[in-house]
Amino acid sequence: MNEAMPLPVQSPSASGAARCWSCGEALAHAALFCSACRSVQPPRALDHFTRLGLSVDFALDENDLDRRYFSFQRQLHPDRFATRSARERAISQSQAVAFNEAYRVLKDPLTRADYLLKLKGIAANPDGCHTINDPTILMEQLERRENLMSAKTVEQAAAIGNEALSHVKESVTAIADAFHRDDLDAAGRETTRLKYLVKLVDEARGRKHALAGEGADAD
Amino acid sequence: MSEVLLQIHEPGETPMPHDDPRGLAVGIDLGTTNSVVAIAHEQKPEVLRDEAGHGLVPSLVAYREDGQVVVGAPARRLLLDHPGIVVGSIKRLMGRGAEDLKALAGSLPYELASPAEGGMVRLKIGDRVLTPVEISADILRAVKARAEVALGQTVTRAVITVPAYFDDAARTATRDAARLAGLDVLRLVNEPTAAALAYGLDKGAEGLYAIYDLGGGTFDFSLLRLEKGVFQVLATGGDAQLGGDDFDHAIAERFLAERGGEVDSVRAKLALATARVAKECLTTQSEWQGALDLDGRPSLHRIDRTTFERLIQSWVGRTITIVERVLEDAGIEPASVNGVVLVGGSTRVPLVRRSVGALFGRPALADIDPDEVVALGAALQAEALTRGSDTLLLDVTPLSLGIETMGGIVEKIIERNTAIPTAMAQEFTTYQDGQSAMMIHVVQGERETVDRCRSLARFALNGIPPMTAGAARIRVSFAVDADGLLTVSARENTTGVEARVEVKPTYGLAEDEMAVMLRDSLEHAREDMERRLLLEAQVEARRTVNVVRSALASDGELLSAEERALIENTVARAEATAESGNRLAIRAAAEELERMTRPFAERRMDRGIRAALAGRHVDTLRS
Repeated sequence: MNEAMPLPVQSPSASGAARCWSCGEALAHAALFCSACRSVQPPRALDHFTRLGLSVDFALDENDLDRRYFSFQRQLHPDRFATRSARERAISQSQAVAFNEAYRVLKDPLTRADYLLKLKGIAANPDGCHTINDPTILMEQLERRENLMSAKTVEQAAAIGNEALSHVKESVTAIADAFHRDDLDAAGRETTRLKYLVKLVDEARGRKHALAGEGADAD
Repeated sequence: MSEVLLQIHEPGETPMPHDDPRGLAVGIDLGTTNSVVAIAHEQKPEVLRDEAGHGLVPSLVAYREDGQVVVGAPARRLLLDHPGIVVGSIKRLMGRGAEDLKALAGSLPYELASPAEGGMVRLKIGDRVLTPVEISADILRAVKARAEVALGQTVTRAVITVPAYFDDAARTATRDAARLAGLDVLRLVNEPTAAALAYGLDKGAEGLYAIYDLGGGTFDFSLLRLEKGVFQVLATGGDAQLGGDDFDHAIAERFLAERGGEVDSVRAKLALATARVAKECLTTQSEWQGALDLDGRPSLHRIDRTTFERLIQSWVGRTITIVERVLEDAGIEPASVNGVVLVGGSTRVPLVRRSVGALFGRPALADIDPDEVVALGAALQAEALTRGSDTLLLDVTPLSLGIETMGGIVEKIIERNTAIPTAMAQEFTTYQDGQSAMMIHVVQGERETVDRCRSLARFALNGIPPMTAGAARIRVSFAVDADGLLTVSARENTTGVEARVEVKPTYGLAEDEMAVMLRDSLEHAREDMERRLLLEAQVEARRTVNVVRSALASDGELLSAEERALIENTVARAEATAESGNRLAIRAAAEELERMTRPFAERRMDRGIRAALAGRHVDTLRS
């Protein structure tokens, strides 16, 4: 039935040159395939940016990100290995998992900012221990949350959602600026704000659906 | 047999279908109402049809008292006279438990066997008790046989499509059914994704595409980005219990209410059959009138399209709400979608077309037959997986996956619309001092509490050494493979105690049940043997026909006009007979063709020898 799936736990970056699991040939740095026998190689321990061949930087071209992701998946997706050995299928699967995860994290500005801060040793987590405390962010969010809860119509909820959405866009620009200035404190503060804003957008959508569902045909 | 002819046949002269030792790979749309099988060659997919040209195999199975299993159109013919032995819409029960059935509409046309506690639903059909997996396997066997007859080769591997919104239990049940039917599943592919593949390759479509797939029993909506051969699913939504069947139910309930009297599973089945006819007529007509004949007492019924649309408005409205939410979640405006493709027979209903067209502000596309487009896509994917391809499907998991935590709250580990394959892990801890085991309850769904989600499996991580509450570090890892199937493992990180389960859904088949079923299927071996002999006879007859044809082309001048006409007639007759299902007739026709072409073969042989001898010395021949 299901083959045991290797989790994307990567071997710690080898001190010496890694070798091909199939023929023993020494592998080039981060090689996906063995240069001698062409066997697919397991994912290496790499950060998401490096895995996709990008510089470690918040600013990125989304189209370029998509293109790189597609080109890696074209080579590594399990569909390419459907008729190969169980071992190769399992390896291709763990490669595809690693690229899916890298793409997921980098595609969304919030997870990308969060991840980049973590890489740089800073955690922007409103619930964690190293909270970047900013009373102004908290006050702003509490007020908006209250407005949303008191929204009585779909239109009111939608308006709050749309406003939050435009703030999301401003916030992403502010984060990019902060990273560009290498001001990690500012980047962390703004990322915390973005988290609240994204949550508010979600809640506004939920509120809108709840209001729309009242009286209408609910399942 | 045909040695003589074969000896003088130049290699490469006749195009023989070359046999893949592992058998051909087909695409199968295992539908609620109809199933379709297709094959692709060099990215040109084709539906495999029966002698009459029908591509659809009705997903109906009749279990006759003599033990014979009848599938498809012949089963439909039995429906009217023997409704008790015919079962349909079995896909709606795949991966469902007895409790789920109570939640479904009360007038299901099924008779349940002894109230199963937990475990898989069992149906009573005639004097048999069968699971949905076994019934689906019978449909798959018939579909496989159709493909083998059409192709003249054995088929062992298939891509099978499932609704995008199928949960893990239903996917596993589908895979088990294929295994019972002797099919190696290359991949389970989501139906809207398969449709997008067929559509995109055929029309060279690029950009954002929406697939609205309303079948007999399921509704799926998927949003994809098509770019240079990559089919990236951005978001998907749906309802695994909403489809054209519900339209039939609405009409049938109306007819039965107009009639009055008792309703049982047999009467419901007949009323549903009549309702379906009415529904299909209302696609092109504004009114339908006809009789419902139950217990030899016909009653006359009438329904117009406006009434029909009022009856189904809430179902159609629900699909539109789902579409709106998927678009909104993905942050996409309906106007920015480049095309909306209609899939599934229920999209023929005019109200459905109008509603979808109105939402997107453009008419929906249905230029590939909505009943066949999914199978065509599956066939393309089967070819891509076995022969390689430049296209790539990047799909997502439709529903969030998580585990139960304290107080019945669901902790999501993999969010819906995550690209697959994927693997994610989260750490949990013990809540009591000295706790030595942890129960892991795996659930699927979007709700916050366990009772509103679907329970997939429970397993225990045992052997945790005594520690104070909160000291253990238990890492629970979820992995979803490219088929959308889940594996869960748990590991206590301070000691390395480990447990792993392949999620065997609560409503799935146990391994030993599966073993019994596989054994039973060996009893069908005789039928399979008969089919094998038929296939061999067909292949042999076609081979003979090809050989004679190529001999006529190369050495036709050896024959008089009458001789040639006679041979051509016999060739045509043998060719026609080869397409029939009568093994003995096929053998006889092939043998007759051989017998009557023997003089021709001898003349060709003589000429061949003369040509070989030309220019040689008589002396060298003697020695």
